[in-house]
Amino acid sequence: MHQLTLANISKALAAKQFSAHELTTHLLARIKQLDPQVNSFITVTEDAALQQAQAADQLRSEGQSSALLGVPLAHKDLFCTQGVRTSCASKMLDNFIAPYNATVIEKLNQAGCVSLGKLNMDEFAMGSSGETSFYGASKNPWDLERVPGGSSSGSAAAVAARLVPAATGSDSGGSIRQPAAFTGLTGIKPTYGRISRWGMTAYASSFDQAGFLAHNAEDCALLLQATAGFDERDSTSAQQPVDDYPAALTQPLQGIRIGLPKEYFDDRLDARIGDAVHTAIEQLKQLGATFVEVSLPSLPHAVATYYVIASAEASTNLARFDGVRFGYRCEAPKDLEDLYLRSRNEAFGEEVKRRIMMGTYALSTGYYDAYYLKAQKIRRLIKNDFTNAFEQVDLILGPTTPNLPWQLGAKANDPVAAYLEDIYTVPANLAGIPGLSMPAGVIDGLPVGVQLQAPYFQEARLLQVAHQFQQHTDWHTRTPAGF
Amino acid sequence: MQWETVIGLEIHAQLATDTKIFSGSATEFGAEPNTQASLIDLAMPGTLPVLNEEAVRMACMFGLAINAEIGEYNIFARKNYFYPDLPKGYQTSQMDDPIVGLGHLDIALEDGSIKRVGITRAHLEEDAGKSLHEDFSGMTGIDLNRAGTPLLEIVSEPELNSAKEAVAYARAIHTLVRYLNICDGNMAEGSFRCDCNVSVRPKGQTELGTRTEIKNVNSFRFIERAINHEIQRQIDLIEDGGKVIQETRLYDPNKDETRSMRTKEEANDYRYFPCPDLLPVHIPREMLDSLRKDLPELPTQKRERFEQDFGLSTYDASVLSASRELADYFEAVEKICQDAKLATNWVMGELSSLLNKENLDIAQSPVSAEQLGGMLLRIKDNTISGKIAKMVFEAMAEGEGDADSIIEKRGLKQVTDSGAIEALLDDVLAANAEQVEQYRASDENKRGKMFGFFVGQAMRASKGKANPQQVNELLKKKLDQ
Amino acid sequence: MALERCDVEKLAYLARLGLDDAQLDSSTASLNTVLDMINAMQAVNTDNVTPLANPLEATQRLRTDTVTESNQRDDYQALAPAVENGLYLVPKVID
Repeated sequence: MHQLTLANISKALAAKQFSAHELTTHLLARIKQLDPQVNSFITVTEDAALQQAQAADQLRSEGQSSALLGVPLAHKDLFCTQGVRTSCASKMLDNFIAPYNATVIEKLNQAGCVSLGKLNMDEFAMGSSGETSFYGASKNPWDLERVPGGSSSGSAAAVAARLVPAATGSDSGGSIRQPAAFTGLTGIKPTYGRISRWGMTAYASSFDQAGFLAHNAEDCALLLQATAGFDERDSTSAQQPVDDYPAALTQPLQGIRIGLPKEYFDDRLDARIGDAVHTAIEQLKQLGATFVEVSLPSLPHAVATYYVIASAEASTNLARFDGVRFGYRCEAPKDLEDLYLRSRNEAFGEEVKRRIMMGTYALSTGYYDAYYLKAQKIRRLIKNDFTNAFEQVDLILGPTTPNLPWQLGAKANDPVAAYLEDIYTVPANLAGIPGLSMPAGVIDGLPVGVQLQAPYFQEARLLQVAHQFQQHTDWHTRTPAGF
Repeated sequence: MQWETVIGLEIHAQLATDTKIFSGSATEFGAEPNTQASLIDLAMPGTLPVLNEEAVRMACMFGLAINAEIGEYNIFARKNYFYPDLPKGYQTSQMDDPIVGLGHLDIALEDGSIKRVGITRAHLEEDAGKSLHEDFSGMTGIDLNRAGTPLLEIVSEPELNSAKEAVAYARAIHTLVRYLNICDGNMAEGSFRCDCNVSVRPKGQTELGTRTEIKNVNSFRFIERAINHEIQRQIDLIEDGGKVIQETRLYDPNKDETRSMRTKEEANDYRYFPCPDLLPVHIPREMLDSLRKDLPELPTQKRERFEQDFGLSTYDASVLSASRELADYFEAVEKICQDAKLATNWVMGELSSLLNKENLDIAQSPVSAEQLGGMLLRIKDNTISGKIAKMVFEAMAEGEGDADSIIEKRGLKQVTDSGAIEALLDDVLAANAEQVEQYRASDENKRGKMFGFFVGQAMRASKGKANPQQVNELLKKKLDQ
Repeated sequence: MALERCDVEKLAYLARLGLDDAQLDSSTASLNTVLDMINAMQAVNTDNVTPLANPLEATQRLRTDTVTESNQRDDYQALAPAVENGLYLVPKVID
């Protein structure tokens, strides 16, 4: 059962091959047995999951059916889940039982999904390896000595280890696409504003976007269909109508024009990944796609631009964690200053503090123009790069990451080295366009991801191309040994 | 040395919306602590702001009323600092592109002159919660009901030159926001608060002196006292060879002094930047056009109309237009009695002192505009004299009914029958024969005072009801015989 | 542009992070590494470029002025480290 895709689970449940309760029981047992190896869950909500499954079975027996009824999922631990700890993988929120549901959670609950629990991540989504978690790093099921990527590390590890068929994630600079690439999954980051941010703890508000990690494009399409759309509680939520994603999957690729940004194929890129990408290009050509070279000239500055703006936003987004209304408070504060200084220093991890200070610096008097404002201007240039490229092509394709998943701890003392790994994913967040990573090879036992990027709100295009590719390849069906 | 004072005011007016600026929580005053603090107001992780349209509308109305520039877009920014009454660790405010730009307001000064005061800007922002310092086992209690209440911060140019001018300006803004119905103006509840930026410089010097900011002064009386005190403190300081430090000071009304707030001013760096959770606010021209059409008559317009239509002095006109309710009352009285002078005298005289004495506002007046107007009609048609009218007015204030029924019931109708008055005068003169002889014997220039004596006697004898004009005329005739 | 230890001390205070001496040293070093990477963007010509604050460049939607929230104090205060009589408690604030 645990090898099934979400779409197949949906069909099996509809065909009564097994019940949601049976499936949930099976997965909970797997989590108990296997999660200690990958450390993907922070909280397993066993009782609630079984109740939800039973309720879903009951509804089905009453004649109800919908694509996600009784389908198990798990959620990145930054989505608020009412009555369940929502820690953001931080000591700061280790004791925080969310008093409400995020819109994403609410919509998935309404669709009948069963939540198995909350998934590990980099603390407050700051990191690209999963190692900044207060609950310890998640491990890559393909090689337990390596990182699964981040910040949606637990989402990637859990789905790749077949503990859950799909998971929510969030992507501010690559946090869905990079771990999807590192663990052989399909991960979609929709257009900024496509899925409501209400209830998703903010890291960098103008970048944060919820999305999914699953086994294939079809599963991503089902989940996006259930969650995309306008939300009046989020001022940055898009009012654009939602496409029919599952329907788009089956469209042939004839005539589709795909751009290859030359900046994505320079000497930063591991040549073996480059080869895998070119193999994928050949396969897509056979399916009818045509390829042209395009240029995103500002790409070399994307990482710096991203870190300045994201850190600036994070520095103030995390000011609410002050030990007054919720979250961690230090022991016996001697005065108010002491309460702030110690609570925040004791409960935030090193990377979070680094970004808070970086962001504070970028906004401070005398440096605002040189850092924050400068970065906002380059952000415009990067957006313009994409606008220009999309005048020539329907989609942009390239590697998701310049390198394969690294050894746990390898970049722990070199934050910049870790930041630079985001070079191919941050541009989409800077521009706000949708992106998807799909598995396109295995090198030395480690998965490789290919990234597709599309113009605003053209998630259907991304899913269509990925789905067609997946009809003719089997990388997405590979399972790491031992899972 | 001659000193010149320069004052600028920052007024925080709480907008009279039903809900907060970024959440659907109620804004009622006086609720149990933290019962009007929602997920958003508490800055729970994952919560997001959505802007209240009514707050935008009200700010635009204010902008239109002060003839300000209202840009097509305005932007919310985060002002970052830590304080327990500020749940997000930043205040959502406006910095570079406020909703209301440069405008002005004409204020009437005591000497009857009009001063045009520049208003630099007015921006929307959220109010903070309240810290309660009563002892909770040595702790401070935080109530976040007020957090997120919409504020319009109105910043004047540094163009006010005395405490009195500052108060006149603050009053004019207070009047304006109440006319516009965008703020209840309740200073005791903190709906209308004032920060005063004060500096002094030698007369003739063009550059400004170092200013201090006096925070949260919560009555007009205190504004005047706090500023005057601060002016004197600065002058004394400079004359003693000291220097004014730019700082925030608090006014202590009990001690009538300002004192420095012990904040780490030098460490403040608010790091303003555009709030990424809120998008630029678009103000369509059509919206402004329709708001402009719906604007009520403004205090300045009303004052000018009172001057022109009723021939009132600038001072009287500005007092009567100081509140919409008072102006409406006055106009209702005038409409009934058709005598603006009489109406002005009674509204600003007897009525005002009655309200002052009873500590009531015009809406609570025990004498209605209809009652007062009706009484003034009886003065005009000589049914009662001004003196009797005061009695009637008091009776109306006591709830004895309208003027006509009081006059009837108490028999206060003025005696205008000249035969009756002559008879009465004959009695008075007969009873005071000695004084009559003295009067007739004395010089013309000494007769005035004695004449008054006879009038007084006559009025007393008529219990005030004799028509004073007739008494005067007939008495003169009789004495001169 | 490089940060001195005293700069980092100021930043840490602005952000209310009570770093100890060892943390200040290591933060100064690591922030400077990050700054080296970031400073490369100073070379980009951004003359006449309008800053981009939000990728979608939409405008703010407005909410009707209707009360939608009810009192949930007890639930929310269950999450707080210290409350009394409905108030959140903090060490004494001195104005």
